[in-house]
Amino acid sequence: MSGVVVTGIGVTAPNGVGTERYWAATLAGTSGIRPITRFDATGYPCALAGEVPGFDAARWVPGRVIPQTDHWTHLSFAATSMALDDAGLDPARYPEFAMGVITSTSSSGGEFGQRELAKLWSAGPRHVGAFQSIAWFYAATTGQLSIRYGMRGPCAAIAAEQAGGLDAIAHARRVLRDGPATMVVSGGTDASLAPYGLVAQLTTGHLATGTDPAAAYTPFDRDAAGYVPGEGGAILVLEDEQHAVRHRRARPYARIAGHAATFDPRPGSGRPGGLGRAVAGALDDAGLAPADIDVVFADAAGVAELDLAEASVLTEVFGPRGVPVTAPKTMTGRLYAGAALDVAAAALAIRDGLIPPTVATRDLADGCDLDLVLDRPREAPVRAALVVARGHGGFNSAMVLVRHDPFDR
Amino acid sequence: MSQTTTFTLDDLREIMRAAVGVDDGVDLGADILDTGFPELGYDSLAVLELTSLIGRRYDFEVPDELVERLTTPRSVVDYVNDRLVEARS
Repeated sequence: MSGVVVTGIGVTAPNGVGTERYWAATLAGTSGIRPITRFDATGYPCALAGEVPGFDAARWVPGRVIPQTDHWTHLSFAATSMALDDAGLDPARYPEFAMGVITSTSSSGGEFGQRELAKLWSAGPRHVGAFQSIAWFYAATTGQLSIRYGMRGPCAAIAAEQAGGLDAIAHARRVLRDGPATMVVSGGTDASLAPYGLVAQLTTGHLATGTDPAAAYTPFDRDAAGYVPGEGGAILVLEDEQHAVRHRRARPYARIAGHAATFDPRPGSGRPGGLGRAVAGALDDAGLAPADIDVVFADAAGVAELDLAEASVLTEVFGPRGVPVTAPKTMTGRLYAGAALDVAAAALAIRDGLIPPTVATRDLADGCDLDLVLDRPREAPVRAALVVARGHGGFNSAMVLVRHDPFDR
Repeated sequence: MSQTTTFTLDDLREIMRAAVGVDDGVDLGADILDTGFPELGYDSLAVLELTSLIGRRYDFEVPDELVERLTTPRSVVDYVNDRLVEARS
Protein backbone atom coordinates (compact mmCIF):
# COMPACT_ATOMS: atom_id res chain seq x y z
CA MET A 1 0.00 0.00 0.00
CA SER A 2 1.22 3.44 -0.93
CA GLY A 3 1.73 5.83 1.97
CA VAL A 4 0.50 9.36 2.47
CA VAL A 5 3.07 12.15 2.46
CA VAL A 6 3.21 15.87 3.22
CA THR A 7 4.35 17.75 0.11
CA GLY A 8 3.31 21.31 0.93
CA ILE A 9 2.98 23.45 4.04
CA GLY A 10 1.29 26.83 4.48
CA VAL A 11 1.32 28.67 7.80
CA THR A 12 -0.57 31.62 9.23
CA ALA A 13 0.71 31.85 12.78
CA PRO A 14 0.86 34.60 15.38
CA ASN A 15 4.65 34.51 15.17
CA GLY A 16 4.91 34.33 11.41
CA VAL A 17 2.91 34.24 8.17
CA GLY A 18 4.60 31.87 5.74
CA THR A 19 6.23 28.58 6.60
CA GLU A 20 9.83 29.76 6.67
CA ARG A 21 9.01 32.93 8.58
CA TYR A 22 7.09 30.95 11.18
CA TRP A 23 9.85 28.37 11.42
CA ALA A 24 12.64 30.94 11.77
CA ALA A 25 10.70 32.80 14.48
CA THR A 26 9.94 29.55 16.27
CA LEU A 27 13.55 28.38 16.23
CA ALA A 28 14.58 31.82 17.53
CA GLY A 29 12.07 31.58 20.36
CA THR A 30 10.11 34.59 19.10
CA SER A 31 6.63 34.69 20.56
CA GLY A 32 3.50 36.11 18.93
CA ILE A 33 1.60 36.43 22.20
CA ARG A 34 0.54 40.03 22.86
CA PRO A 35 -2.35 42.04 24.31
CA ILE A 36 -5.58 41.45 22.39
CA THR A 37 -6.21 44.06 19.66
CA ARG A 38 -8.94 42.49 17.49
CA PHE A 39 -11.53 43.87 19.89
CA ASP A 40 -11.54 45.97 23.03
CA ALA A 41 -10.77 43.34 25.64
CA THR A 42 -10.83 45.79 28.54
CA GLY A 43 -12.84 44.23 31.31
CA TYR A 44 -12.35 40.67 30.09
CA PRO A 45 -10.40 38.39 32.40
CA CYS A 46 -8.29 37.26 29.46
CA ALA A 47 -6.02 40.02 28.14
CA LEU A 48 -3.53 38.19 25.92
CA ALA A 49 -3.75 36.25 22.71
CA GLY A 50 -1.71 35.08 19.78
CA GLU A 51 -3.00 37.23 16.91
CA VAL A 52 -1.72 36.93 13.36
CA PRO A 53 -0.18 40.38 12.86
CA GLY A 54 -0.67 42.52 9.78
CA PHE A 55 -2.78 39.98 7.96
CA ASP A 56 -4.15 41.33 4.68
CA ALA A 57 -7.05 39.19 3.46
CA ALA A 58 -7.13 40.99 0.09
CA ARG A 59 -3.73 39.51 -0.73
CA TRP A 60 -4.99 35.95 -0.38
CA VAL A 61 -8.73 35.83 -0.84
CA PRO A 62 -10.70 36.66 -4.03
CA GLY A 63 -12.68 39.91 -3.78
CA ARG A 64 -16.06 38.21 -3.97
CA VAL A 65 -15.16 35.72 -1.24
CA ILE A 66 -13.90 38.22 1.36
CA PRO A 67 -17.27 39.70 2.42
CA GLN A 68 -18.94 36.31 2.59
CA THR A 69 -16.37 34.60 4.79
CA ASP A 70 -14.93 34.90 8.30
CA HIS A 71 -11.37 35.79 9.27
CA TRP A 72 -10.82 32.12 10.07
CA THR A 73 -11.57 31.20 6.43
CA HIS A 74 -9.28 34.01 5.21
CA LEU A 75 -6.44 32.54 7.30
CA SER A 76 -7.06 29.14 5.70
CA PHE A 77 -7.13 30.64 2.19
CA ALA A 78 -3.72 32.20 2.79
CA ALA A 79 -2.29 28.98 4.21
CA THR A 80 -3.74 26.91 1.35
CA SER A 81 -2.34 29.21 -1.31
CA MET A 82 1.10 28.95 0.28
CA ALA A 83 0.84 25.18 0.72
CA LEU A 84 -0.08 24.61 -2.94
CA ASP A 85 2.79 26.83 -4.06
CA ASP A 86 5.14 25.00 -1.74
CA ALA A 87 3.99 21.66 -3.17
CA GLY A 88 4.44 22.98 -6.71
CA LEU A 89 0.87 21.99 -7.45
CA ASP A 90 -1.42 23.84 -9.84
CA PRO A 91 -4.93 22.53 -9.10
CA ALA A 92 -6.15 23.72 -12.50
CA ARG A 93 -4.03 20.98 -14.07
CA TYR A 94 -5.54 18.11 -12.08
CA PRO A 95 -8.80 16.23 -12.42
CA GLU A 96 -11.28 17.89 -10.06
CA PHE A 97 -12.38 14.64 -8.41
CA ALA A 98 -8.78 13.63 -7.68
CA MET A 99 -8.47 16.53 -5.22
CA GLY A 100 -10.22 16.96 -1.88
CA VAL A 101 -10.44 19.44 0.98
CA ILE A 102 -10.67 18.30 4.62
CA THR A 103 -10.29 21.05 7.19
CA SER A 104 -10.97 21.48 10.86
CA THR A 105 -12.27 24.34 12.95
CA SER A 106 -13.51 24.51 16.51
CA SER A 107 -15.24 27.88 16.65
CA SER A 108 -15.96 28.46 12.95
CA GLY A 109 -16.93 32.03 11.99
CA GLY A 110 -17.15 33.58 15.43
CA GLU A 111 -16.05 37.06 14.49
CA PHE A 112 -18.41 37.25 11.51
CA GLY A 113 -21.23 35.96 13.70
CA GLN A 114 -20.40 38.52 16.36
CA ARG A 115 -20.72 41.34 13.83
CA GLU A 116 -24.02 40.13 12.42
CA LEU A 117 -25.54 39.37 15.82
CA ALA A 118 -24.62 42.88 16.93
CA LYS A 119 -26.60 44.20 13.94
CA LEU A 120 -29.50 41.95 14.89
CA TRP A 121 -29.87 43.28 18.42
CA SER A 122 -28.95 46.88 17.64
CA ALA A 123 -30.73 47.46 14.32
CA GLY A 124 -33.05 44.51 13.73
CA PRO A 125 -33.30 41.37 11.58
CA ARG A 126 -33.31 43.23 8.25
CA HIS A 127 -29.78 44.36 8.98
CA VAL A 128 -28.33 40.88 9.24
CA GLY A 129 -26.45 40.19 6.02
CA ALA A 130 -27.31 37.27 3.75
CA PHE A 131 -23.78 35.88 4.08
CA GLN A 132 -24.34 35.12 7.74
CA SER A 133 -26.14 32.04 6.45
CA ILE A 134 -22.90 30.57 5.08
CA ALA A 135 -19.98 32.38 6.71
CA TRP A 136 -20.21 31.13 10.27
CA PHE A 137 -20.68 27.43 9.84
CA TYR A 138 -18.10 24.73 10.24
CA ALA A 139 -17.89 23.62 6.63
CA ALA A 140 -17.48 27.15 5.21
CA THR A 141 -13.70 26.94 4.81
CA THR A 142 -13.77 23.51 3.24
CA GLY A 143 -16.59 24.54 0.90
CA GLN A 144 -15.04 27.83 -0.16
CA LEU A 145 -11.66 26.21 -0.81
CA SER A 146 -13.33 23.46 -2.79
CA ILE A 147 -15.06 26.07 -4.98
CA ARG A 148 -11.96 28.27 -5.24
CA TYR A 149 -9.70 25.50 -6.53
CA GLY A 150 -12.25 23.22 -8.18
CA MET A 151 -11.43 20.41 -5.77
CA ARG A 152 -14.51 18.22 -5.95
CA GLY A 153 -13.17 14.97 -4.52
CA PRO A 154 -13.59 13.95 -0.86
CA CYS A 155 -14.48 16.99 1.25
CA ALA A 156 -15.23 17.17 4.96
CA ALA A 157 -15.12 19.45 7.98
CA ILE A 158 -14.09 18.15 11.37
CA ALA A 159 -14.78 19.80 14.72
CA ALA A 160 -12.97 18.31 17.69
CA GLU A 161 -11.53 21.43 19.30
CA GLN A 162 -7.73 21.17 19.50
CA ALA A 163 -7.75 17.49 18.48
CA GLY A 164 -9.50 18.40 15.22
CA GLY A 165 -6.34 19.80 13.64
CA LEU A 166 -4.85 16.31 13.73
CA ASP A 167 -8.07 14.41 13.08
CA ALA A 168 -8.64 16.31 9.82
CA ILE A 169 -5.21 15.26 8.57
CA ALA A 170 -5.91 11.71 9.68
CA HIS A 171 -9.16 11.73 7.74
CA ALA A 172 -7.36 13.06 4.68
CA ARG A 173 -4.92 10.17 5.00
CA ARG A 174 -7.84 7.75 5.16
CA VAL A 175 -9.48 9.05 1.97
CA LEU A 176 -6.15 9.06 0.14
CA ARG A 177 -5.64 5.43 1.09
CA ASP A 178 -9.12 4.57 -0.12
CA GLY A 179 -8.58 6.42 -3.42
CA PRO A 180 -9.19 7.48 -6.05
CA ALA A 181 -8.29 10.97 -4.76
CA THR A 182 -4.54 11.54 -4.95
CA MET A 183 -4.27 14.92 -3.23
CA VAL A 184 -6.06 16.49 -0.27
CA VAL A 185 -5.69 19.97 1.18
CA SER A 186 -5.97 19.48 4.93
CA GLY A 187 -5.27 20.93 8.36
CA GLY A 188 -7.02 23.75 10.10
CA THR A 189 -7.16 27.29 11.33
CA ASP A 190 -9.29 28.98 13.95
CA ALA A 191 -9.97 32.61 14.81
CA SER A 192 -12.18 32.97 17.83
CA LEU A 193 -10.76 36.25 19.13
CA ALA A 194 -14.09 38.06 19.35
CA PRO A 195 -16.10 38.56 22.56
CA TYR A 196 -18.58 35.82 21.67
CA GLY A 197 -15.82 33.30 20.93
CA LEU A 198 -13.75 34.23 23.93
CA VAL A 199 -16.59 34.24 26.45
CA ALA A 200 -17.57 30.73 25.38
CA GLN A 201 -14.06 29.59 26.19
CA LEU A 202 -13.94 31.36 29.53
CA THR A 203 -16.44 28.88 30.88
CA THR A 204 -13.74 26.20 31.00
CA GLY A 205 -11.69 28.19 33.49
CA HIS A 206 -8.61 27.16 31.49
CA LEU A 207 -7.74 30.49 29.87
CA ALA A 208 -4.73 32.31 31.27
CA THR A 209 -5.57 35.52 33.06
CA GLY A 210 -1.98 36.77 33.30
CA THR A 211 -0.95 39.99 31.58
CA ASP A 212 2.76 39.33 31.01
CA PRO A 213 3.11 37.89 27.49
CA ALA A 214 6.38 36.21 28.47
CA ALA A 215 4.93 34.35 31.46
CA ALA A 216 1.20 33.83 30.94
CA TYR A 217 1.26 30.43 29.25
CA THR A 218 3.74 28.07 30.91
CA PRO A 219 2.77 24.44 30.33
CA PHE A 220 4.28 21.83 32.66
CA ASP A 221 5.53 24.59 34.96
CA ARG A 222 4.80 24.44 38.68
CA ASP A 223 3.13 27.83 38.24
CA ALA A 224 1.10 26.90 35.15
CA ALA A 225 -2.01 29.06 35.16
CA GLY A 226 -3.94 28.30 32.00
CA TYR A 227 -3.34 28.83 28.32
CA VAL A 228 -3.38 31.82 26.01
CA PRO A 229 -5.73 31.46 23.03
CA GLY A 230 -4.40 32.08 19.56
CA GLU A 231 -5.59 32.31 15.96
CA GLY A 232 -4.30 30.90 12.70
CA GLY A 233 -2.89 27.47 12.01
CA ALA A 234 -1.58 25.47 9.10
CA ILE A 235 -2.77 23.85 5.91
CA LEU A 236 -0.87 20.94 4.45
CA VAL A 237 -0.92 19.35 1.03
CA LEU A 238 -1.20 15.61 1.56
CA GLU A 239 -0.60 13.28 -1.32
CA ASP A 240 -0.58 9.69 -2.18
CA GLU A 241 3.11 8.77 -2.04
CA GLN A 242 3.19 7.16 -5.48
CA HIS A 243 1.52 10.17 -6.99
CA ALA A 244 3.83 12.63 -5.29
CA VAL A 245 7.12 10.84 -5.78
CA ARG A 246 6.70 8.82 -8.98
CA HIS A 247 4.44 11.06 -11.00
CA ARG A 248 5.31 14.51 -9.75
CA ARG A 249 8.87 13.98 -8.56
CA ALA A 250 7.98 15.95 -5.45
CA ARG A 251 10.18 15.81 -2.38
CA PRO A 252 7.95 15.13 0.63
CA TYR A 253 8.64 16.65 4.03
CA ALA A 254 7.46 13.54 5.82
CA ARG A 255 5.10 10.60 5.73
CA ILE A 256 2.03 10.43 7.97
CA ALA A 257 2.78 7.03 9.51
CA GLY A 258 0.23 6.62 12.26
CA HIS A 259 -2.78 8.10 14.00
CA ALA A 260 -5.30 7.24 16.66
CA ALA A 261 -8.15 9.19 18.20
CA THR A 262 -9.93 8.34 21.43
CA PHE A 263 -12.59 9.88 23.62
CA ASP A 264 -12.41 10.25 27.38
CA PRO A 265 -14.85 8.42 29.61
CA ARG A 266 -17.59 10.35 31.36
CA PRO A 267 -16.13 12.62 34.05
CA GLY A 268 -16.35 10.97 37.45
CA SER A 269 -16.50 7.47 35.99
CA GLY A 270 -13.19 6.59 37.64
CA ARG A 271 -11.90 5.12 34.37
CA PRO A 272 -8.60 6.42 32.98
CA GLY A 273 -8.59 9.13 30.29
CA GLY A 274 -8.13 8.16 26.66
CA LEU A 275 -4.86 9.96 25.91
CA GLY A 276 -2.67 6.92 26.64
CA ARG A 277 -4.71 4.78 24.28
CA ALA A 278 -4.41 7.44 21.56
CA VAL A 279 -0.61 7.54 21.88
CA ALA A 280 -0.33 3.74 21.96
CA GLY A 281 -2.73 3.47 19.03
CA ALA A 282 -0.78 5.95 16.90
CA LEU A 283 2.51 4.13 17.57
CA ASP A 284 0.86 0.83 16.76
CA ASP A 285 -0.62 2.21 13.54
CA ALA A 286 2.86 3.43 12.56
CA GLY A 287 4.41 0.07 13.45
CA LEU A 288 6.90 1.85 15.69
CA ALA A 289 8.10 1.31 19.26
CA PRO A 290 8.41 4.18 21.75
CA ALA A 291 12.19 4.05 21.32
CA ASP A 292 11.77 4.95 17.64
CA ILE A 293 10.24 8.33 18.47
CA ASP A 294 12.75 11.20 18.46
CA VAL A 295 10.52 14.02 19.67
CA VAL A 296 7.05 14.59 21.09
CA PHE A 297 5.07 17.75 20.27
CA ALA A 298 2.99 17.97 23.41
CA ASP A 299 -0.60 19.14 23.78
CA ALA A 300 0.69 21.31 26.63
CA ALA A 301 -2.57 22.54 28.11
CA GLY A 302 -0.92 24.79 30.69
CA VAL A 303 -3.46 23.60 33.26
CA ALA A 304 -1.91 21.75 36.20
CA GLU A 305 -4.07 18.61 36.20
CA LEU A 306 -4.06 18.36 32.39
CA ASP A 307 -0.28 18.85 32.24
CA LEU A 308 0.16 16.12 34.85
CA ALA A 309 -2.15 13.76 32.96
CA GLU A 310 -0.20 14.29 29.72
CA ALA A 311 3.20 14.04 31.44
CA SER A 312 2.07 10.81 33.12
CA VAL A 313 1.11 9.27 29.78
CA LEU A 314 4.43 10.34 28.22
CA THR A 315 6.53 9.00 31.12
CA GLU A 316 4.54 5.77 31.09
CA VAL A 317 5.15 5.24 27.39
CA PHE A 318 8.68 6.63 27.03
CA GLY A 319 10.03 6.46 30.60
CA PRO A 320 10.94 9.47 32.75
CA ARG A 321 12.76 12.01 30.55
CA GLY A 322 12.78 9.25 27.94
CA VAL A 323 12.19 11.43 24.88
CA PRO A 324 12.62 15.13 24.03
CA VAL A 325 9.30 16.92 24.46
CA THR A 326 8.46 20.36 23.14
CA ALA A 327 5.58 22.85 22.89
CA PRO A 328 6.29 25.58 20.33
CA LYS A 329 2.67 26.62 20.87
CA THR A 330 4.01 28.54 23.86
CA MET A 331 4.89 31.13 21.17
CA THR A 332 1.49 31.18 19.45
CA GLY A 333 -1.03 30.28 22.12
CA ARG A 334 -3.30 27.31 21.68
CA LEU A 335 -4.76 27.48 18.18
CA TYR A 336 -7.55 24.90 18.52
CA ALA A 337 -7.96 23.42 15.01
CA GLY A 338 -4.75 25.29 14.26
CA ALA A 339 -3.07 22.39 16.09
CA ALA A 340 -2.32 21.32 12.53
CA LEU A 341 0.56 23.76 13.00
CA ASP A 342 2.20 21.24 15.33
CA VAL A 343 2.06 18.68 12.52
CA ALA A 344 3.72 21.24 10.25
CA ALA A 345 6.36 21.92 12.91
CA ALA A 346 7.01 18.19 13.27
CA ALA A 347 7.51 17.91 9.51
CA LEU A 348 9.95 20.84 9.60
CA ALA A 349 11.80 19.30 12.56
CA ILE A 350 12.22 16.14 10.52
CA ARG A 351 13.46 18.13 7.53
CA ASP A 352 16.01 20.17 9.47
CA GLY A 353 17.02 17.87 12.32
CA LEU A 354 16.08 20.63 14.74
CA ILE A 355 13.64 20.41 17.64
CA PRO A 356 11.97 23.79 18.19
CA PRO A 357 11.93 25.06 21.74
CA THR A 358 9.31 25.62 24.39
CA VAL A 359 9.46 29.13 25.81
CA ALA A 360 8.20 30.65 29.07
CA THR A 361 8.16 27.44 31.11
CA ARG A 362 10.79 27.60 33.90
CA ASP A 363 10.45 24.97 36.65
CA LEU A 364 8.79 21.67 35.89
CA ALA A 365 5.87 20.81 38.13
CA ASP A 366 6.14 17.77 40.39
CA GLY A 367 5.25 14.70 38.38
CA CYS A 368 6.06 16.36 35.04
CA ASP A 369 9.27 14.41 34.61
CA LEU A 370 9.88 15.45 31.03
CA ASP A 371 12.94 16.22 28.92
CA LEU A 372 11.38 19.52 27.85
CA VAL A 373 13.38 21.33 25.15
CA LEU A 374 13.57 24.82 26.60
CA ASP A 375 14.41 28.21 25.06
CA ARG A 376 16.77 27.02 22.34
CA PRO A 377 16.30 24.57 19.50
CA ARG A 378 18.02 21.24 19.96
CA GLU A 379 19.94 19.62 17.12
CA ALA A 380 19.01 15.99 16.78
CA PRO A 381 18.26 13.66 13.94
CA VAL A 382 14.48 13.43 13.82
CA ARG A 383 13.34 10.29 12.03
CA ALA A 384 9.99 10.04 13.76
CA ALA A 385 7.87 12.58 15.64
CA LEU A 386 4.76 12.15 17.75
CA VAL A 387 2.20 14.96 17.89
CA VAL A 388 -0.36 14.99 20.68
CA ALA A 389 -3.54 17.07 20.85
CA ARG A 390 -6.45 17.13 23.25
CA GLY A 391 -9.72 18.87 22.56
CA HIS A 392 -11.85 20.25 25.36
CA GLY A 393 -14.73 17.92 26.08
CA GLY A 394 -12.82 14.65 25.87
CA PHE A 395 -11.12 14.50 22.46
CA ASN A 396 -7.66 12.91 22.27
CA SER A 397 -5.61 12.60 19.12
CA ALA A 398 -2.07 11.42 18.40
CA MET A 399 -0.21 11.38 15.11
CA VAL A 400 3.15 9.95 14.06
CA LEU A 401 5.17 11.49 11.24
CA VAL A 402 8.30 9.84 9.88
CA ARG A 403 11.05 10.97 7.58
CA HIS A 404 10.14 10.08 4.04
CA ASP A 405 12.44 7.51 2.58
CA PRO A 406 11.12 5.69 -0.44
CA PHE A 407 13.83 3.05 -0.23
CA ASP A 408 13.17 2.17 3.38
CA ARG A 409 9.80 0.52 3.02
CA MET B 1 -40.02 65.89 -10.04
CA SER B 2 -37.09 68.19 -9.48
CA GLN B 3 -35.87 66.35 -6.37
CA THR B 4 -36.38 62.88 -7.80
CA THR B 5 -34.03 60.33 -6.35
CA THR B 6 -33.04 57.96 -9.08
CA PHE B 7 -30.97 54.87 -8.74
CA THR B 8 -28.29 54.56 -11.39
CA LEU B 9 -25.96 51.87 -12.56
CA ASP B 10 -23.15 53.76 -10.85
CA ASP B 11 -25.00 53.57 -7.53
CA LEU B 12 -25.27 49.83 -8.04
CA ARG B 13 -21.60 49.54 -8.96
CA GLU B 14 -20.62 51.39 -5.80
CA ILE B 15 -22.61 49.05 -3.57
CA MET B 16 -21.24 46.01 -5.40
CA ARG B 17 -17.68 47.22 -4.92
CA ALA B 18 -18.00 48.36 -1.34
CA ALA B 19 -20.22 45.79 0.24
CA VAL B 20 -20.52 42.60 -1.75
CA GLY B 21 -17.14 42.40 -3.43
CA VAL B 22 -15.83 41.97 -6.94
CA ASP B 23 -13.41 39.38 -8.29
CA ASP B 24 -10.21 40.37 -10.03
CA GLY B 25 -11.28 39.26 -13.48
CA VAL B 26 -14.50 41.28 -13.46
CA ASP B 27 -14.58 44.83 -14.82
CA LEU B 28 -17.56 46.58 -13.24
CA GLY B 29 -16.71 49.69 -15.24
CA ALA B 30 -17.60 47.91 -18.48
CA ASP B 31 -21.06 47.97 -20.00
CA ILE B 32 -22.58 45.50 -17.56
CA LEU B 33 -26.20 46.63 -17.66
CA ASP B 34 -27.36 43.43 -19.36
CA THR B 35 -24.64 41.10 -18.13
CA GLY B 36 -26.01 38.20 -16.12
CA PHE B 37 -25.08 38.25 -12.44
CA PRO B 38 -23.43 34.81 -12.64
CA GLU B 39 -21.00 36.24 -15.21
CA LEU B 40 -20.18 38.99 -12.71
CA GLY B 41 -19.39 36.33 -10.13
CA TYR B 42 -22.65 36.88 -8.26
CA ASP B 43 -24.64 33.84 -7.19
CA SER B 44 -28.19 34.09 -5.84
CA LEU B 45 -26.99 34.67 -2.28
CA ALA B 46 -24.84 37.59 -3.43
CA VAL B 47 -27.81 39.09 -5.29
CA LEU B 48 -29.89 38.65 -2.14
CA GLU B 49 -27.26 40.48 -0.12
CA LEU B 50 -27.05 43.20 -2.77
CA THR B 51 -30.80 43.81 -2.91
CA SER B 52 -31.21 43.75 0.86
CA LEU B 53 -28.42 46.34 1.19
CA ILE B 54 -30.18 48.55 -1.35
CA GLY B 55 -33.48 48.02 0.48
CA ARG B 56 -31.92 49.12 3.74
CA ARG B 57 -30.39 52.18 2.17
CA TYR B 58 -33.62 53.34 0.49
CA ASP B 59 -35.92 51.95 3.15
CA PHE B 60 -38.00 49.35 1.37
CA GLU B 61 -38.14 45.58 1.61
CA VAL B 62 -37.26 43.30 -1.28
CA PRO B 63 -39.24 40.05 -1.19
CA ASP B 64 -36.82 37.08 -1.21
CA GLU B 65 -38.71 35.37 -4.03
CA LEU B 66 -38.18 38.36 -6.29
CA VAL B 67 -34.44 37.83 -6.24
CA GLU B 68 -34.77 35.02 -8.80
CA ARG B 69 -36.09 37.56 -11.29
CA LEU B 70 -33.33 40.08 -10.70
CA THR B 71 -30.86 38.50 -13.07
CA THR B 72 -28.97 41.51 -14.43
CA PRO B 73 -27.90 44.94 -13.17
CA ARG B 74 -30.59 46.46 -15.42
CA SER B 75 -33.32 44.47 -13.72
CA VAL B 76 -32.09 45.68 -10.31
CA VAL B 77 -31.79 49.32 -11.39
CA ASP B 78 -35.30 49.24 -12.94
CA TYR B 79 -36.78 47.52 -9.90
CA VAL B 80 -35.23 49.98 -7.45
CA ASN B 81 -36.42 52.99 -9.49
CA ASP B 82 -39.95 51.57 -9.63
CA ARG B 83 -39.93 51.20 -5.86
CA LEU B 84 -38.64 54.74 -5.40
CA VAL B 85 -41.36 56.16 -7.66
CA GLU B 86 -43.92 54.06 -5.75
CA ALA B 87 -42.68 55.43 -2.45
CA ARG B 88 -43.18 59.02 -3.61
CA SER B 89 -46.64 58.59 -5.03
